[in-house]
Amino acid sequence: MLSCMHCGTCTGSCPSGRHTGFNTRRILRDARKNRTEVLSDDNLWLCTTCYTCQERCPRGIPITDALLELRRLAVREGFILPEHRKVSEMVLECGHAVPLDEETKKKREELGLEPIPETVQKYPEALKELKTLLKTCKFDKLTAGK
Amino acid sequence: MTKLSLFLGCIVPNRYPGIEKATKLCLQKLEVDACDLPGASCCPAPGVFKSFDKATWLAVASRNIILSERMGRDILTVCNGCYGSLADANMELKKDPEIRACTNNCLKEIGMEFKGTIEVRHIIEFLYKEFGSEKLKDQITRPLDLKVALHYGCHLIKPSKDRNLGETECPTFFDELVEATGAKSLDYTDKMMCCGAGGGVRSGHVAASLEMLEHKLACIRRAGVDCIVNACPFCHLQFDRGQLAVNEKFGTDYSIPVLHYSQLLGLALGFSPDELGIEQNAIQNIEFLAKIYEISAGLR
Repeated sequence: MLSCMHCGTCTGSCPSGRHTGFNTRRILRDARKNRTEVLSDDNLWLCTTCYTCQERCPRGIPITDALLELRRLAVREGFILPEHRKVSEMVLECGHAVPLDEETKKKREELGLEPIPETVQKYPEALKELKTLLKTCKFDKLTAGK
Repeated sequence: MTKLSLFLGCIVPNRYPGIEKATKLCLQKLEVDACDLPGASCCPAPGVFKSFDKATWLAVASRNIILSERMGRDILTVCNGCYGSLADANMELKKDPEIRACTNNCLKEIGMEFKGTIEVRHIIEFLYKEFGSEKLKDQITRPLDLKVALHYGCHLIKPSKDRNLGETECPTFFDELVEATGAKSLDYTDKMMCCGAGGGVRSGHVAASLEMLEHKLACIRRAGVDCIVNACPFCHLQFDRGQLAVNEKFGTDYSIPVLHYSQLLGLALGFSPDELGIEQNAIQNIEFLAKIYEISAGLR
């Protein structure tokens, strides 16, 4: 990260930064001195992880990977957007970030597919196994908030 | 040929089952040995899980991988997000003994162990490497007279150091597969740009996500295409359902049909639009549906 020459290729390549105030270069620079400020800023979650900045960085800095690392630090400090907390709860509860709904069940039947797909949703034992695994990783505690 | 298990993820079975059906029909027609992967879960979603906690991300991904290891089959995904999560996790666990030991320690609780015996494949990468556009062309029974805006999506090709699918500024392998169906892949401004959904942005920052999408849609409309083709159900959802949200937010009137590559290939292999779930999309473009029904009936 110290090899960054602040050329701004990352910021200039960022699809999110084009439409918002998201500034990749500045986030990575500020993370070295004002870490708490960076971690608590909701803008940290404006990156779509498209990896364009990382691919184009003339110094070969793994920018997207670094940003993901900052997010993990933010989560450990309790900074999670409510919408993301909801997605996590969904996985904790039913094993999917996007669970099956009645409308899709009907669509599946129209296509001649089983209404419930061959995933954890169909196998209670598999879901139980997944829940045990998530608990072992303390994921429930991490996302429960402070 | 490689034996595969089909990893469904979340959006395909739970929102766009047409992609599941189309994929199964295509694989069957191409005589690819692929079976279901019972008990699989969320990959887990890279935007949230990889951004939250690496240990959990690796543990959940490895559980899915192990289900396929037990069957002695490589995993096949039809989603860039699932591909990103599963392929990256598989790679990290294979090359770093320390990380693997740590993950296996968590997995012990459910009587599982990551062995590192299989590969993770993406349907586009699989078709390109195992068939190639020429061999695929031989299978086509209904050449498609369609102009297409192809969206590669980010995690199919990036990070390029881990994907081995060539450079990322203007790749061509996916365009070749599209053109194998008879369709024409048109160039458009910012073709390689993200759809705006990934990294938890679609859920966490809706307005920004829709602005990025609107930019893509404007570029695609200027190219004058019949439809958008993608290889990722999350991009698919963003383009399809997101289009309605864009229209509401910006007062636009976009109605660009969206197909997953499995659905495009399915049409060219002779399956009808209703078998492939194309009409189940949120975007209902009557003109386009009429066109593909004519192609499917051999009238064009």
